[in-house]
Amino acid sequence: MENKIEIHNMNLHYGDFHALHDINLDIKENEITAFIGPSGCGKSTLLRSLNRMNDLVENCRITGDIMLDGQDIYKNCDVNLLRRRVGMVFQKPNPFPMSIYDNIAYGPRTHGIKSRVQLDEIVETSLKRAAIWEETKDNLKKSALSMSGGQQQRICIARALAADPEVLLMDEPTSALDPISTAKIEDLVLELKKDYTIVMVTHNMQQATRVSDTTAFFLLGDMIEVDDTEKLFSMPSDKRTEDYITGRFG
Amino acid sequence: MRNRFDNQLAEMNNELISMGALCENAIASAVKALLEGDIKLAAAAIRIDQEIDRKEREIESMCLKLLLQQQPVASDLRLISSVLKMITDIERIGDQASDIAEIVTYLSGACGHNTHIDQMAQATIKMVTDSLDAFVRRDLTLAWSVIEYDDVVDRLFDECKSDLIAEIAQNPEDGERVLDVLMIAKYLERIGDHATNIAEWVEFSITGSHKSAMHGAEAAAR
Repeated sequence: MENKIEIHNMNLHYGDFHALHDINLDIKENEITAFIGPSGCGKSTLLRSLNRMNDLVENCRITGDIMLDGQDIYKNCDVNLLRRRVGMVFQKPNPFPMSIYDNIAYGPRTHGIKSRVQLDEIVETSLKRAAIWEETKDNLKKSALSMSGGQQQRICIARALAADPEVLLMDEPTSALDPISTAKIEDLVLELKKDYTIVMVTHNMQQATRVSDTTAFFLLGDMIEVDDTEKLFSMPSDKRTEDYITGRFG
Repeated sequence: MRNRFDNQLAEMNNELISMGALCENAIASAVKALLEGDIKLAAAAIRIDQEIDRKEREIESMCLKLLLQQQPVASDLRLISSVLKMITDIERIGDQASDIAEIVTYLSGACGHNTHIDQMAQATIKMVTDSLDAFVRRDLTLAWSVIEYDDVVDRLFDECKSDLIAEIAQNPEDGERVLDVLMIAKYLERIGDHATNIAEWVEFSITGSHKSAMHGAEAAAR
């Protein structure tokens, strides 16, 4: 499997606070990579660095390289194009207060697509890929906010897919959902990895074991261990990983 | 941080140790019954086996509860899954001790002197005790020594078989008794195999793999 993203000697500071220390990590194409670790360990910070969302944070300084398909995303890179290629799904479903259709069409419209036929096609394909088409196809004009939490999260995934990204970043995408919605999102994520590279932050160890191919464990800004998920959860190499995943601290 | 889970694991550990102790008792009683022709001891071995069966069910349900409630990973997962596998072997050892005791009961002490059976009995008791000690002390070296020691028991079984063939040749009318003794030897040899399995699960719970089994397969392929 090719590396989709390569992170070399990456350090991140928020003002004086050194949040990520010398991170080196390869993220493989069409795989699901899970980031785990206690709150404040830097995993979400790293995730947000992958599509430069930390640019919006004041005093945030990044050194080292983050390469997407061999190109450094922090040097001579069009941030709008980067965010089209690297989409994001957040912890809490955050549909826009508009119809389901307009939620999905929002991104393509801002990127200049005006043709109704083309937009219809994007909306349908995106909702189908996010496994929410059957539940929404007769109510596309309905407000996205009227849907259940799990449905809203799949609408948000569809919205991310509408930009036709290559990488999907997911920050605890099921932590606000019930077990059935969680199972649906997990099935969906496994389906999506055929076409996308997925990086997921999760606090749910079982979720990481169920869906991810590779898991990276973070602690206090360091990446302690990265390995094949099955290996990391059955025979971790580092005592700190073992202590965290078995609940001895964290 | 995880007191309840640690207490549950300690309880599971203790229960396995006590099941192991029962098993050692069962073999010791069966073997003593065999060597001394003591029918009372044979009955005791059969009783202990029933207790071992109960213990197996108890530990099995503890393990399943832990898997359900704690969804263990890493060393916890390896330990609980190893215990689940080990109790099957310990239970089988109990069955075989009971089978030996049953034969002793109808042999009525007429086993006759057989040095190799005596040696096999001592060797298998050693394997069972060492495999359980390896578990209690998380002692990988001891587990490996148990796995190696199985060859000694296998060799003794072959010698025992030769003795018994010679006995049949000398006294063909003694065939039925000799076959019973052969069955006992086979049970002892199987006990050695189960002790080896226990040692292999001890190895897995510590290292996460069955290295010795892999080495065995490689050696067999050569």
